[in-house]
Parts: sequence; C-alpha cells; structure tokens
Amino acid sequence: MNPKTEAELAEMVAGLKEPVRIKGGGTRGIAGPDVAIETSELTGITLYEPGALTLVAKAGTPVAEIEAALDAEGQQLAFEPMDHRGLVGTSGTPTIGGVVAGNVSGPRRVQAGACRDFLLGVRYVDGMGQVVKNGGRVMKNVTGYDLVKLMAGSWGTLGVLTEVSLKVLPKPEVSATLAVQAPDVTTGIAALSAALKSPFEVSGAVYDPNNACALLRLEGFAGSVAYRSDKLKSALAGFGDVNRIEQSDTLWAGLRDAANFHEESGDVWRISVKPSGAPEIAGRIQADRTLFDWGGGLIWALVPDGTDLRARLGAFDGHATIVRAEPETLSNLGRFQPETPGLSALTRGIRHKFDPRGLFNPGLMG
Amino acid sequence: MEMPTPNPDVLRRKAVVLQRLLQVLPEDAVIHEPSETRAYECDALTAYKCPPMLAVLPATTQEVSDILRICNEEGVPVVPRGSGTSLAGGALPTADSVILGVARMNEVLEVDYDNRFIRVQTGRTNLSVTGAVEEDEFFYAPDPSSQLACAIAGNIAMNSGGAHCLKYGVTTNNLLGVKMVMMDGSVVEIGGAHLDSGGLDLLGVICGSEGQLGVVTEATLRILRKPEGARPVLMGFDDNEVAGHCVSDIIKSGILPVAIEFMDTLCIKACENFAHAGYPDCTALLIVEVEGSEAEMDYQLSKIIEIAKRHNPVELRESQSAEESAKIWLGRKSAFGAMGQLNDYMCLDGTIPVSSLPEVLRRIGEMSQDYGLPVGNVFHAGDGNMHPLILFDANKPGDLEKCEAFGADILKLCVDVGGCLTGEHGVGIEKRDLMHHQYTPADLEAQMAIKDVFDPNWLLNPAKVFPLDASESRRAARIAAE
Repeated sequence: MNPKTEAELAEMVAGLKEPVRIKGGGTRGIAGPDVAIETSELTGITLYEPGALTLVAKAGTPVAEIEAALDAEGQQLAFEPMDHRGLVGTSGTPTIGGVVAGNVSGPRRVQAGACRDFLLGVRYVDGMGQVVKNGGRVMKNVTGYDLVKLMAGSWGTLGVLTEVSLKVLPKPEVSATLAVQAPDVTTGIAALSAALKSPFEVSGAVYDPNNACALLRLEGFAGSVAYRSDKLKSALAGFGDVNRIEQSDTLWAGLRDAANFHEESGDVWRISVKPSGAPEIAGRIQADRTLFDWGGGLIWALVPDGTDLRARLGAFDGHATIVRAEPETLSNLGRFQPETPGLSALTRGIRHKFDPRGLFNPGLMG
Repeated sequence: MEMPTPNPDVLRRKAVVLQRLLQVLPEDAVIHEPSETRAYECDALTAYKCPPMLAVLPATTQEVSDILRICNEEGVPVVPRGSGTSLAGGALPTADSVILGVARMNEVLEVDYDNRFIRVQTGRTNLSVTGAVEEDEFFYAPDPSSQLACAIAGNIAMNSGGAHCLKYGVTTNNLLGVKMVMMDGSVVEIGGAHLDSGGLDLLGVICGSEGQLGVVTEATLRILRKPEGARPVLMGFDDNEVAGHCVSDIIKSGILPVAIEFMDTLCIKACENFAHAGYPDCTALLIVEVEGSEAEMDYQLSKIIEIAKRHNPVELRESQSAEESAKIWLGRKSAFGAMGQLNDYMCLDGTIPVSSLPEVLRRIGEMSQDYGLPVGNVFHAGDGNMHPLILFDANKPGDLEKCEAFGADILKLCVDVGGCLTGEHGVGIEKRDLMHHQYTPADLEAQMAIKDVFDPNWLLNPAKVFPLDASESRRAARIAAE
C-alpha cells in the first residue's frame, strides 16, 4: 500500500483489517507482516529556513535529499544518522521517517544529542486512521505533552509518520581526529572519558579494540580546532602516543555505520551502558568483535548467530538491542530489551491507546 | 479563569484524609490549618489564588508513594509543587486538592564526572545543581530566569529552558533518568546514566507533562564541562526588522552563539533606568554571547561584528572585561524587575519562527494601541521564544481582563505564524483554554490518552494543560465513580 497523501493514508489505515508492516526505505531490516504501508510517495522538503535552523520534510523523503539541501547552505543533521544498508545487508533508500522512527543517531550523539533531541514536530496517522500532530517547527515548544519524543524511536508501532520537523545545525568548517594508542579497553575508555570531560568540545569518542586506538574528533572553525587539538593532545599524553589525523570524514562515516562489522558473519548488537561500565560489560559478553562509541556508552558487539547476549549480560543498567540477526533469533530473543513490569505496563497501555487494533508492526516492540 | 467546582465529597472527608496522611508522615510534614495552607494558595502567577485542602511536605520517595496511594484511594486530587515559581499556574491548587511539595527532598545523591552526570532529589534548586559541581568546573546547562529559586522537579514538569538553550537545549535534552512515583503509589525508574531508551521514550513524554503523569523524586541530569570563557557583544539598531535580519545572518554564517537576546524600546529604556547598564537609546537591542578560549571568542565575535556592521548598527560594543560582560547582562537579567517598576505586568511566553519576528512585533504594536496597554518585548531571538510583557494596573477594574484578552491575542498570533503558545513556561491554567487554537480534538485526545495510561483516575493536577471542556468527561468520570 502506497498512499499518495496523508489523507489517503488515513483512509487506508481506517479501513485496515489485518496488521501491517510500516516501511520507509526498508533499509533497517525490520520484518513483519507481508502487507506493508509504504511512505515512498510522501516525499519532499516542505520548508527549510537556514536562518532559523529548521527543516520540515515529508516522512518518505530520502535522507540523501535532505543532506544535499542542508549541505548547499553549509548545514547538517548534527545527530549523524547511520546508514544501515551495509551492516544489515539491505538495499533501498533510507528515508527521514525511518531515521526518526528508529531514533537513529551516530557518533556525534555523545555531544550534540540524539535524533529525538533534534526532532521539533511530527505528523502521523494513528491506528484509528486519525491524523495527529504534535510539536511544531520552532525550537522551544512546551505546549502540551511531548509526543514528539515518544514517536522518535517507536519504530512505527504508535503511528505512521507523515511529516517531521527537525532542528539543523551549521556544518563545522573543519574537523580533526586525535588517535590515542591505548592497549586495552579500560585505558581506552578512560582516555575517552578524560577527553569528554575536558572543555575542548569533543564531538566523537570511539575506542576501537581492533586497532587498540581511541579516536577523538574535534570540529569547528580552523583556528579553534587547531587550538583545541593541541590542548587535548597534551591532556591525553598520559594514556599513550597521540597522533593527529587530518582527513577523517571517511573514518567517522565508517564508525557511524559500523563498517568494521559489515564483512563479518554473526549477529550484531548495540548495548547502551554507563560509559565507565563498558569494560566490565565487555568482559561479560565475550564478543567476537566490539567497538565502543559514545565515549564507551554504546557498545557494538558481534557474536555467533543465535547467541542470547542478554543472558550473558545478566542484570545491568542499560539496554541491548539486536541490529542484525536471523529472523528466528529476532523472534526468539526479541529485538528490544524487555522492560521492567512497571514500564512494560505503561508501554502496553500507550500502544493500546495509539493503535488499539494492534495493526502496526505487531510484536516488534514487546 | 475558570476552575472546576471543588468536589464536596472530598471536602467532607478532609478529616479522614488528614488522619490517614498523619499515619504515614511526621506531624510537621502535614499542613492543614487554613492559616497555613494559605502559603500554598498560588505560584508565581499570582493573579489566581485558592488555598488547598491540605499541603504535605514529604522527605523521601517512600513518603511520596504513601501520600499518592492514600490520595488515590480517597479520590483526592494532588497538585505537585516544586518551588512554586511557575508563571503558568502549574502549581495552583483547587480547594479540594492536596499540595505535594518536594522542597524537603533536596540532596545530591551522586556526582560522576567520568560519566558526566549528577543524580539529585528533585526539590533541589536549579542553581544549586550547578553549585554542587561548579568547583570542579562543571555546570548544569538549562538556566531558567528563576534558577535561584526554581526546583528541578518543576523544571522537569515544565521542560524549562533558559537563555542558553540555543546551544545546550532545554531540560528534556539534559535529563537522563528519573525515579517517579505513580498516582497509585508504585515507583518506576526510567533511564539512568546510559543514553536513550531501549523501548518507547517514556522519559521524553514525562518531561514537560506538568505534574500530570507522576511525581518525579529523583533525577539523573547531564552535566557539562564549563567552557574556558564566555563573552557578549551588545548591538543596537534603529529598526526591528534590521535586527531580525542580523540574527538570521549570524545563524546562517555558521556561528552558533550560546545566546542571542533581543529587547525592544520599552524594555531597553526600563532596564537602563533600573540597572544603568549603559544601554543605547535605540529601537532594538541584541546581546549575542559566544564561548570558548580567548582566541576562539575573538574569532567568533569578529565574524559576528562584521555581520552586524552590514546592518548599520547604531551601537556595537564588544565586552572588554568580565565587569563589562556582567554589565551588559545585568540590564537584560533585570528586565522583569525593571518592568515591574513601571506597573503590574503579565509575562507571556509564545514562540515564533525567527523569520516572523518583524511581522509579529508590528502586530503586537498595533494590538497594544487597540487595547490601550503598553507592552515591552524581551526575546530569546536565536530560538524564537518571545516574552512580551504587558503592563496593566491590577487595581484598576477591568484592566486584568483586558490584559488577559490582549495576551490571548498575542499567543494566537504566535500560533498563526507557525509558532506555539508556550516556549518554556508551560500551559498550566494560563494557556489551557487556548490549546484549541493550536491543536485539533484528535491532537488533544492523543495527549490525554497518555494521561489515561499513567493516571487513569485523573487525580494528578487534573484541571491543567487541557481545555476544561476537552478534559471534562474524564474528570467527571472519576467523580462519578466515587
């Protein structure tokens, strides 16, 4: 089903008899019922005001189209959404609606915030076929409940997004990366943490155990980046040799997309933890390969097919999500971390209100 | 301002409710004498007053849980209260309600620089959160004007902002986790020192829910390392439109100042007379602040000044010292006090797309003529959040009503140009009945459905946020069920 307008979509949903899969570009590996509602006809940037740092686009608009429009004005989506295609093995065109539905955020999340932090407004069609809007296109808005955040990361289970408003930011003039040789995870995470609590505005903080290397990105005006990278370099000298990498955009795009895992077989998980707890958590999961983003707060882990990583984790403060696995594993273990009974009741209650017939992506989020 | 009629059944059972509360709270935590409950009759929206039936001051999450469980069982509405600084009437009681004040819960529970967070009890004031980490060069970013007094509980309830959110965001962007007591007394923990939610982003919907979903007793907040320095530049223009274009050009140039503040003639004059900040005599004044090392600030300010010069400013003054910076900010920060010397005033809080600034200021000027009430404007220009201050005389019959009507017209205008009713103060009772102007019935229904899930009996701060006619059936269902 491929509605051409929001009104047509609303009518379609109202008439649904069976559950459906909500599909943007179909690049993020979300399975579900055979019948899909697609947003590929709901496209186009409806408003872009560079002087107000705001952009509004229909949900099916390709991310590439948005990035090109922003690039022409020297601006960007600061939350740096990843492209899942290489990792998940999908084709298709990533859409802005998919980015929002998955709250997809990359390395800059640690400094700038997540997709949800940049989402100013949404329009969606709920499970009764009603068009609902929340938020708007201005940066400060506390008018009523913030359903905008709720829709971000709800993976289509609360409604079909039709339009999103985003805060955008200036693109930095230059960027530079410091690479710190750190022999083990504990030293690596400590180096990231030292950098993140410095005043030098680190906008990416990754530890890559494969290369025993902590990577720290600095962005901004040329003079400022030069100054901060000198300062940070001396501040980190105690952790290991520090080298400055000049052209690092490709490096960070690879880290964003977990490129290191693309060619490796096995399941891929993302684990959100307290950064300083990452070394101990990594010890528990015994993964074949790991990568630590967000200063240690995000662990990418590769494990053999079908591994119940949550069993290895046991109780911990955070959550573990499957990004890539066989359908059987996904249905056995669940893509998302089970919630505590109290939260689970709230989640179920909200889902029942927004989609009382259980039509949208059933079973995806508990 | 209409409030629901107090439920006579609840009023009749005051003694029973009091007795039950005294069983779970120390005597000095329960306030029941009418002479004492009066202290809670209003918040910073002082035009509306109503003493609560009772007020309670719990010291622990367990006590909060006991209070809510008892009130839920007794069908008593509960109005949570931080420090009572809401400008929207968020903590205004009804005669049949229990005020639940969190002021006694103000401890710092954990400070963790490696992971860049602080965990506090929510009665703690905003400024004292920064105070707890300041010696180590950290700070908590959201900085509402009332930060000396306002509590984190209220900041979370209203999703408070401040002058520096262009760069650092508002409360919701700096809130990592909460411990929250539900109306039935159960306690939930959401989020923590890790980032993002593993399921639905419940934290996102709790922040800004105006005390209607639960009582947050503990919060995990993101703290940031202080920048090396901050420095403002002051610029004056003889035309609002030109000042608006200057703001837009600065933002388009790729610089992201931490704050861009705007003041119009009336405010400039009032602030100058009050604070003697050395403000120029002009139509529009901008204060633009940047952060970083000395060299970084020099660079950014030189670019900003270059842009400003293209717009023929009548005044352009870069701060040369900490004293001068303080002086530039002093005028702006005393704006509310300065306007208060002129007359009583009502402070509004709409947001508009930055590009609509000249049009909106022109329309406000015209309305000011029509209503015969002067209005001054201070404005977080970087993010479009306006604070029109309407002057009126509270002692003059009819003036308050006229002021309210004028305020409503301004807020509707904000919505009509693509903005919203409230940028950082919240809806409370003040903007409650204007919600129809911004939202359709389906939009409001989706929001109220959230409250149905968290607080099925609609007992938490029930007569706020939603237009009374929209929430009536839900509130009535609760009373009928008793």
